[in-house]
Amino acid sequence: VSPLLLADGAQTINAPSVSYHALTPIFIVLGAALLGVLAEGLLPRSERYAAQLVISIGGLVAAGIAVGLLHGTNESTISNALAVDGAGLFLQGTIIVLALMSVLLVAERSVDVVSPIVASAAVVVGSPADRELSRSSRIQTEIFPLLLFAVSGMLIFPISNNLILMFVALEVLSLPLYLMAGLSRRRRLQSQEAALKYFLLGAFASAFFLYGIALLYGYANSVDLDVILNASRTSNKPSVLLYLGLALLLVGVLFKAGIAPFHSWTPDVYQGSPTPVTAFMASCTKVAAFGAILRVLYVGFNTTAWNWRPIIWAVAIASMAVGAIFGLTQTDLKRILAYSSIAHAGFILVGVVALTKDGISSVLFYLLTYGFSTLAAFGVLTLVRDANGEATHLSQWSGLGRKSPTVALVMTVLLMSMAGIPLTAGFVGKFAVFRAAYHVAAPLVVMALVFSAIAAFYYLRIVVLMFFAEPPENGPTIAIPGWSTSVALTFGVLVTVVLGIVPQPILDLASKAGKLVG
Amino acid sequence: MSQNYALVGLVLLPLVGSALVFALGEAQAKLAKQLTLLVSLAAAVYAIVLCFEFDTGSGASRFQFSASWNWIRAFGVHIAFGVDGIALVLVTMAVVLVPAVVLASWTSFDSRSGSEEGPTPYGRRRSVKNYFALLLLLEFFMIGVFTATDVFLFYVFFEAMLVPMYFIIGSFGGPRRQYAAMKFFLYSLVGGLLMLASVIGLFVTTGSRSFALTDLIGKVPDGATQKWLFLGFFIAFAIKAPLIPFHTWLPDAGAEAPAGGAALLVGVLDKVGTFGFLRYCLPLFPAASRYFAPTILILSVIGILYAGFLAIGQRDMKRLVAYTSVAHFGFIGLGIFAFTTQGGTGAVLYMVNHGLSTGALFLVVGLLIARGKSRNVDDYGGAAKVTPILAGLFLLAGLSALALPGMSTFISEFLVLVGTFTRHKGLAVLATTGIVLAAIYVLYLYQRTFQGVMSERVAKFRDVNVREILAVAPLIALIIGLGFYPKPVLDIINPAVKATLTDVHQTDPAPKLGTAHGGTK
Repeated sequence: VSPLLLADGAQTINAPSVSYHALTPIFIVLGAALLGVLAEGLLPRSERYAAQLVISIGGLVAAGIAVGLLHGTNESTISNALAVDGAGLFLQGTIIVLALMSVLLVAERSVDVVSPIVASAAVVVGSPADRELSRSSRIQTEIFPLLLFAVSGMLIFPISNNLILMFVALEVLSLPLYLMAGLSRRRRLQSQEAALKYFLLGAFASAFFLYGIALLYGYANSVDLDVILNASRTSNKPSVLLYLGLALLLVGVLFKAGIAPFHSWTPDVYQGSPTPVTAFMASCTKVAAFGAILRVLYVGFNTTAWNWRPIIWAVAIASMAVGAIFGLTQTDLKRILAYSSIAHAGFILVGVVALTKDGISSVLFYLLTYGFSTLAAFGVLTLVRDANGEATHLSQWSGLGRKSPTVALVMTVLLMSMAGIPLTAGFVGKFAVFRAAYHVAAPLVVMALVFSAIAAFYYLRIVVLMFFAEPPENGPTIAIPGWSTSVALTFGVLVTVVLGIVPQPILDLASKAGKLVG
Repeated sequence: MSQNYALVGLVLLPLVGSALVFALGEAQAKLAKQLTLLVSLAAAVYAIVLCFEFDTGSGASRFQFSASWNWIRAFGVHIAFGVDGIALVLVTMAVVLVPAVVLASWTSFDSRSGSEEGPTPYGRRRSVKNYFALLLLLEFFMIGVFTATDVFLFYVFFEAMLVPMYFIIGSFGGPRRQYAAMKFFLYSLVGGLLMLASVIGLFVTTGSRSFALTDLIGKVPDGATQKWLFLGFFIAFAIKAPLIPFHTWLPDAGAEAPAGGAALLVGVLDKVGTFGFLRYCLPLFPAASRYFAPTILILSVIGILYAGFLAIGQRDMKRLVAYTSVAHFGFIGLGIFAFTTQGGTGAVLYMVNHGLSTGALFLVVGLLIARGKSRNVDDYGGAAKVTPILAGLFLLAGLSALALPGMSTFISEFLVLVGTFTRHKGLAVLATTGIVLAAIYVLYLYQRTFQGVMSERVAKFRDVNVREILAVAPLIALIIGLGFYPKPVLDIINPAVKATLTDVHQTDPAPKLGTAHGGTK
């Protein structure tokens, strides 16, 4: 083979240029995750907890700083497969901060026997070994690298302009989550059920996603969103391929975002998972999934909006209705919060419908406010306990305001934010989203407001119970949180209140970030 | 733009006071009460001074003591305060009522009882300082809602106002307080969210990048959109006011709230609804206001008569007073949507008077209930023999509610009826029969409680003490004083009402001298 030919061959393969600098946040988190795996293998058991905590927190803080330094970047790299743009960076920043708070919740050691996470998830439920396990103070720390791997997937998911890469990111973020769902120290059976259910349904959703990619490839001969966009203007292939492909693709991401009618896993999985993991899923996964929805619809299907908008309308209405109405009938707080997250997903979709720059930035802002309140609310749930672990039944919360005014007040602020009462972050978020959508979807906005009113009922019911009802005999006790949970909760509540009163700086940031590079 | 800090000071005063009272310990209940009284009295004096400073001259600007800062630039939202004559008199009425409420509920939560009506099954000590801190917080929101000159800021106060009231009803109310608090909150929240839809719609349809009221007036295009936006605001205010058929929450909330809370709820919070008609519905949506006016007038008259009959039939004293208020709001609605200067001025004066008179009536009823531990009229009788002063105060408060000439309520009711008569004779005639109903429900209530055979329960009553007299007497003095000399208040109100009617493109109908003889037109 002559050297000349080799040179020719090298040219045709044409390795894409990688802008390493723009991808530093992802590399840092992935690196920290790998370091965590090493630490798990090399360090003695007694030192792992501290080491993992340092690695996770350090890695996430470093990644957060990297995102901050990239501020203002607008480039796509690896042959346009990844877009580091305003919206992408905003989402990455949000995910990293929320993940940091989740790590703090996972790291809690003073509330339960030692940790909310089980030491050995594979033990058969009900066996002698299982009973032994529930009393032992042994802890395992694999959850930290698992969480970091999931975060790295979440960082890639919303910035992928290439569907195959998006699929890989989806799997990278999902697989650790399936495992983490099964790690609850208490109620092992329920936790294992949650993990299995999430895994099976998630696998189906992934399959739909892949099938959608295949159909879109058949239509556009490419899996790049910008090529698909061009093809939708010029291609003469049957457009059924395009729309069917989009529909199947959407099933995959709507599932991850927990949007009705693909929501049925949410209450069970949220209830069964260890609460810190639930907090992580409800906040970070949702942010990442909405990032992907924004990117697919705004970058890949901008010009075909007439065809998909009615579907997003329908899905948004369904999600708001399911979240608001079914939430009314729940008696378990984790399930109530799960339905609340379904309703919120519907509200966020209202902003997605706008298809404007305002639409993007309002969705970004809403995701941020929603993430903080939801994460902190799940954090509060970990504190109210009885002999069986967390006391999440509604009746157990009655009279909480008298036993622990601080915890009840914190929960009230978070619930008011979710209900969208002014002077909380949730209100500003709702306002931003509804304002952005009003000019294209006024009826949808009115419906969203009606559903907000319905959902407000179950948030208020909790407040009523906490403050106005009498505490039950042998009611739950309020655990004193350790430093990590305290930090996470304080931060969540502070953000919720401050963004309700002085939202301007973050609104500015979101407004500048309202940019998606095609 | 020069900023005038006078009004901002009044807004912030109760907020600071509330924070201080919250910060006190549970054991410092006495200090909490004194501090609350001090702050509320200071606010009352402050507001009265502002009334004297208010320029009522013909060249005076509509909104005075204005100050404005950017709040959320992305939405064009300002922190903007300012008062016209209507807002000023309502603010003054509100802050005058607060010290009376503080005095009247001085000892309401000291005992170990479950509520003012005696021990509930779970009798427990309520946090005294929390009650007073919530009162001041409520005062802050009340002043804010009347003085905001930015639609968004108004909405924020309008909604946030619910929270302290919700806790006052839910934590300190009667046996069915949970139900009442929830009903109150949900009704108001639904109205508020409809208003939010309109607020957003206002922003989008006017294309204005600002929520300042003056930037929005006259910008809403006529037509179907304006009607929808009007309805969003109108329903929110109609629930708040409350106008038939949105009134069912008020009897529950009014009956279950502690007497002081009920006085503020009916006396001030509900005025936000009627105030909203004047300040927002009319100027922002003039065409829609004219379009819907006949319907609203009819609803108002139905309210006057229907609620009057219901009040006569009540056995629960607080529910009775709540129903009288629904009837009175009918009069206010009538005055506002008659679109005459007399009607409008009468309606505003009615709001002030009604706040004072219903506030006084609720407080007096509260004093009676605190003695008898029952809200049921049948448990009383002949109380005038043992408590002559209380009977006197009760009668005066009652007479002001039925608009006896010599009381300020008479002037406002008269103005409303005259103002309505010049445009809608039939409605005015029907509404006048409401006065007869008022006489029946007030006097019948007085007769059953203070006259007749003395019941056992009543025999041990003690008469009012100095504190209780100090709480109620100033309100009654004010009602009588304004009854004889209403000019200063009318002078403040008049220009603002005229300006509002100009916004809605209405002038008083010219006197039609020849009509009796089949005149020219």
